[in-house]
Amino acid sequence: MEYTEVHVMAVKELLYKMADDQLILGHRNSEWTGLGPVLEEDIAFSSMAQDKIGQAHALYQILHELGEGEPDTVAFMRNAEQFHCCHLVEIPIGEYDFSLMRHFLFDRAEQLRFELLSQSSFEPLAQVARKFKGEVKYHVMHADSWVKLLGTGNEESHARMQEALNQAFPLALGIFEAGPYEEALKEAGIFEGELHLRNLWLEAIKPVLHAAHLTLPAAANDALASGGRYGKHTAYLQPLLDEMTEVFRIDPAAEW
Amino acid sequence: MIIKSLDPRVNRSLIDQEKEFQPLESLDQFETYEVFHQKKRGTQHQHVGIVHAPNHELAMMFAKEQYSRRGQCVNLWVVKTSDVFVTDYDDADIFETTPEKKHRDPESYKVMDRIQAFKQKQNA
Repeated sequence: MEYTEVHVMAVKELLYKMADDQLILGHRNSEWTGLGPVLEEDIAFSSMAQDKIGQAHALYQILHELGEGEPDTVAFMRNAEQFHCCHLVEIPIGEYDFSLMRHFLFDRAEQLRFELLSQSSFEPLAQVARKFKGEVKYHVMHADSWVKLLGTGNEESHARMQEALNQAFPLALGIFEAGPYEEALKEAGIFEGELHLRNLWLEAIKPVLHAAHLTLPAAANDALASGGRYGKHTAYLQPLLDEMTEVFRIDPAAEW
Repeated sequence: MIIKSLDPRVNRSLIDQEKEFQPLESLDQFETYEVFHQKKRGTQHQHVGIVHAPNHELAMMFAKEQYSRRGQCVNLWVVKTSDVFVTDYDDADIFETTPEKKHRDPESYKVMDRIQAFKQKQNA
């Protein structure tokens, strides 16, 4: 079907929230570089953080082709209220258990989102989704391995992972905050919607958490972690942006 | 006293400078795994190094990032270092006369293969 103006706006909204999630989480996870628990994990986690930024770049590039600004400008010149990321990705890295749990919950959702989008009627996005399939699969394998190992490790590791899950799960529900164009996305075959994704995600994380001897906390009030998709953020986002964009803003026109 | 650094990540982590350095107990580390990678299907796996890891599964995850992050790879093996049996360097004399036994070298066969391949290419 022909896309109307609403469909284009819907695609842009979808691209912005996905790319902003990846950029902000990529930046957050890169904060572990050099401070990771062991060298090998430091390298793996940093590399995945870099992957996230690369994925964000690919999506900002599509936005640019749809008439939005250059990827660098879009990434570095907006203020917090112009971002569409969910609260989960903004929260500071905390201890490694929290960062791992966030990585698990987010990447499980991203993998399913990409799976759905690889069939999207919006071909540029379908191509990106197919391109990063293997990359995201690795992220999920890595996250699953740690969650299962630490969930069943010893008393301390189990308690820490359960606590991290209790903390991160209500936030993760904010990933699936309905956008303003859910119906338009569905009718044009672009994306099946956040509610559908959320149900798939819950089914996907349950067996892993079960194998990790972790208990899903009672469904929290979604409203707690929502607002991100509409520019309402936690107090943690603006300081992150100030730090991330510090060098770029000295001279936005510089050739790198 | 807290370490002051130009790197905001270091400042955030509040590393205490005065804290006495406690060396870890020996063996208070992950085990090492030997990593082998394969560049193309059908070719031999090559030993590329080691990773520290808590189990096989994570050894595989780490090996992927350490050794196949750059360059081509289609397959990985990881083997616990403690599962690799090695000869003693004191016994290296068991190999000493090997270089004299040229008649055992299969190299001429390899050359024949290359010559045949070259001939075929010329005729093609």
